[in-house]
Amino acid sequence: MHLAVPLVIASALFAIGVYAVLARRNAVLVLMGVELMLNAVNLLLVAFDVYLRDTLHTGQALTLFVITIAAAEIGLGLAIVLAVFRGSATIDLDLLRTLADHDDGPDHDGPDHDAPDADEDHDTTIGRQAQRSGSPP
Amino acid sequence: MTGLDVVIGLLGLIAVGAALMVAVTRQLVHAALWLVVCLAAVAGCFLVLTAEFLAWVQVLIYVGAIVVILLFGLMLTRAPIGPVTDLSRPRRLLAGTVAVAVGAVIVTALLMAFGGATIDLSGAPQGDATTTGTVIFRAWVLPFEIISLLLLSALVGAIALSRASGDEVDS
Amino acid sequence: MTPALAAILVPALAALVGLTALGRSRRAAAVAVGGALVTFAVTAGTAIANVVDGVADSASYGLIPNGTAPMQVALRLDGLSATVAIMVAAVALAVQIYSVSYLGGDPRYPSYAALISLFTAAMMLVVHADDLIILLIGWEVMGICSYFLVAHHWELRDARRAGVKAFLVTRIGDIAFMFGIFGLGLGSGTFRISDLELLVGDDLMAGNTLTVVTLLLLAGVVGKSAQLPLQVWLPDAMAGPTPVSALIHAATMVAAGVFLVARLYDVFLAAPATLAVLAVIAAITMLGAALAALVQPDIKRVLAYSTISQLAYMLAALGVQAYEAGMFHLITHGAFKALLFLAAGALIHVVGTNLLPEMGGLRRIMPVTFVTMTIGLAALIGIPPFSGFFSKEAIFVGAEEAIHDGSAATAWVPWFVLVVAMITVTVTAAYATRLWLLAFFGTRSAPAQPHEVGWTMRGPLVVLATATVGLGVIGLRNDWFPAWLDRLTFTVEPAGITDLVPAEATLLAPGLVTSIASLVLAAIGAGLTYLSWRRTTADPARLLGRLEPVLDRGFGVDSLYDRIVVRPARRIAAATLVADRDVVGAAVTGSGTVSQRLGAAVRRSQDGDLQRYLTVLLAGTVLVIVAAWIAAGT
Repeated sequence: MHLAVPLVIASALFAIGVYAVLARRNAVLVLMGVELMLNAVNLLLVAFDVYLRDTLHTGQALTLFVITIAAAEIGLGLAIVLAVFRGSATIDLDLLRTLADHDDGPDHDGPDHDAPDADEDHDTTIGRQAQRSGSPP
Repeated sequence: MTGLDVVIGLLGLIAVGAALMVAVTRQLVHAALWLVVCLAAVAGCFLVLTAEFLAWVQVLIYVGAIVVILLFGLMLTRAPIGPVTDLSRPRRLLAGTVAVAVGAVIVTALLMAFGGATIDLSGAPQGDATTTGTVIFRAWVLPFEIISLLLLSALVGAIALSRASGDEVDS
Repeated sequence: MTPALAAILVPALAALVGLTALGRSRRAAAVAVGGALVTFAVTAGTAIANVVDGVADSASYGLIPNGTAPMQVALRLDGLSATVAIMVAAVALAVQIYSVSYLGGDPRYPSYAALISLFTAAMMLVVHADDLIILLIGWEVMGICSYFLVAHHWELRDARRAGVKAFLVTRIGDIAFMFGIFGLGLGSGTFRISDLELLVGDDLMAGNTLTVVTLLLLAGVVGKSAQLPLQVWLPDAMAGPTPVSALIHAATMVAAGVFLVARLYDVFLAAPATLAVLAVIAAITMLGAALAALVQPDIKRVLAYSTISQLAYMLAALGVQAYEAGMFHLITHGAFKALLFLAAGALIHVVGTNLLPEMGGLRRIMPVTFVTMTIGLAALIGIPPFSGFFSKEAIFVGAEEAIHDGSAATAWVPWFVLVVAMITVTVTAAYATRLWLLAFFGTRSAPAQPHEVGWTMRGPLVVLATATVGLGVIGLRNDWFPAWLDRLTFTVEPAGITDLVPAEATLLAPGLVTSIASLVLAAIGAGLTYLSWRRTTADPARLLGRLEPVLDRGFGVDSLYDRIVVRPARRIAAATLVADRDVVGAAVTGSGTVSQRLGAAVRRSQDGDLQRYLTVLLAGTVLVIVAAWIAAGT
């Protein structure tokens, strides 16, 4: 078969993964985007391994390792997300602005100090959905 | 265009389509489920490419473990069930452009280099369990051990994170 | 060690050693007076050798190449330098001894004494220099020393201002002077004075160029010797201590201008237009300064204007080619003006004020000062047998000769000089008599310390008075003073250039007609003053009525300068300050502000939005890859 087919598929998956990382507001969905990117890479690795008929099967071994690392990464990533959620009651990336640099100095933004505000936004979001869907959250 | 091309092409289409749904759907849990579809399709691709062992590993770990963890994460962070408005940020356009550009760059580079190549899938399967196991425990045994250490440290780290932030919130 | 080098190095060394004695007045006094004594001994020895044998020596201690005409560290000893050097050394010694008690209690006495030694060294350098640049160095060092010494009491505003004024006004002259030196040196290819003297005979440079160059040199002379239009600094410089006025503003520094004309006389002779200009300027200054001296209430200002007037006499003499007469007056004036200043210092010391109307009747309290000052004033007026009479008469005779010898084109110049000089004799007699009467006669003032001054102050007075009496005779014989000046008897290596024939030594004896005329005019001046004084025992100058304020302010030259120079300069300075603060300073702080604002603007992009950071990062990476592709492709 043509090598081009898996290549194109992998590239498309990678691009979509990038979009998901850059455009999603929920942190968990961003992690899903990262998984998509990793899968694209895995596909590429396997395709080339088979194409080159590598005796050491470098591509497949690395793919295995990538899957393992992805698992470790998602475990830690979600631990972090949960920690952030506990601290700020939101994982909306638009609201998590602690890295911002302000003229009066750092640490003047971020939901840590604005916990009531964040809750407000969150509640508004939930409230809006509740109105939309009509079903209990 | 052989039959295998068609098969892998269809599987790829499914994967891409599912990935698109992951990226744009407004329902958070549906995104996780679409991710399952995508990952399964990729596993199918692996199968077509005669990397059987990897395909099953993919299903086991990715679909079985990782997606489950993601669902747990969604649940613990009180993701709303049902469509959420404004789930994607308003500046989608820029993100989309960058994504398309990145994809274009990668595909162009790859096709320019390997566009006309063909994979010869005749002969013994490249990725059956025997072959893969042999190669891992012979040539790749050191990285294997290191990876297991890495898993251990990730585990410890996740526990430490959970406990530390728990203490902070309590105090 | 040639005597010239010794005469320069000894006071310089005294100044240097004096710096180690700061804060210890006794040691400083010992060093200063000792140095002055040794200098006097050296110059006296040289002067005696000059009288006996004639000295002529020129030595170069090094060549400084500079791409065009080289500068040579060259010193020269001849009759002129020996004669002037001993005058400088004698007055310096007198001043140093006098200062020991005059400024004895002053905590800054050690630095003052060291500066006087340095000043003496600089004047010796000017006197002995054989290279124009070396002369310029000594000239400038004198200028800065005079600044320091005039502003000695720098806690007084008048002293500070006077120091700055003296420095700046002489500086204006010095700038033109520098250009004159450059023009002379570069135009003739050498800065060495001995060579210039010989080159003059061979048509040194184009006539017009030479006139311009000598006029520039004249500007420096006018500045240093306080002639019109740069005479404004000298009366104000009286804010310095009186011994400083005696040394610098009577006998030495102001005489440096006269000395320069004498030293470069051959060059000036080749530019007769310049000499004519000099004579006219001197004549005008002579009379103007004498008139201004008539109304000054401050005794030192009277003497200051008198100095300007007498310097004008010397420069006028040089201008009408009465070289020996001018130098004769330089020497005698050095003696009697120093005497007058030191005696005035004694009066001020006792009475406690500079103002003449507040003195009076001091002749009984201070007899030695009275006698010596009378001798000095008599020499000033020109009464025989005091030296001033002989030197002034020599100038009149010289002017007369110039009238007979001169060409038709500039014949009016010596006439002008002679007439104005005669008129000035009257005015000189008038102001001298006024000073004498107001200080020593009339109602007795009540001085704080009603006694004569100590011997360290009286001693120099007596010595200078003796010199004033005795110096008159040295001009009477051709083979005395005129021969000592040794004009044009310079032998130069390498052989081949023969001895130049000495100029015919002018007889310096007084002429009959001019003597009688001047004595009569002096008597008129003195008599008028006496009668006015009898009429009103207050200041006779009051009788001049509305003329008095004009004369008191020096004919308004000062206010003119204030309007056309000082105020615009102040405005420019203020504008520069504003420009520095608001333009340059603002640019500097502005660059800081701009950086801060840029930083703030850039900071706005750091809003904590991680995904946007990543987006931009990836976009940039893609762009770089594409660019690399394109670059590799082309």
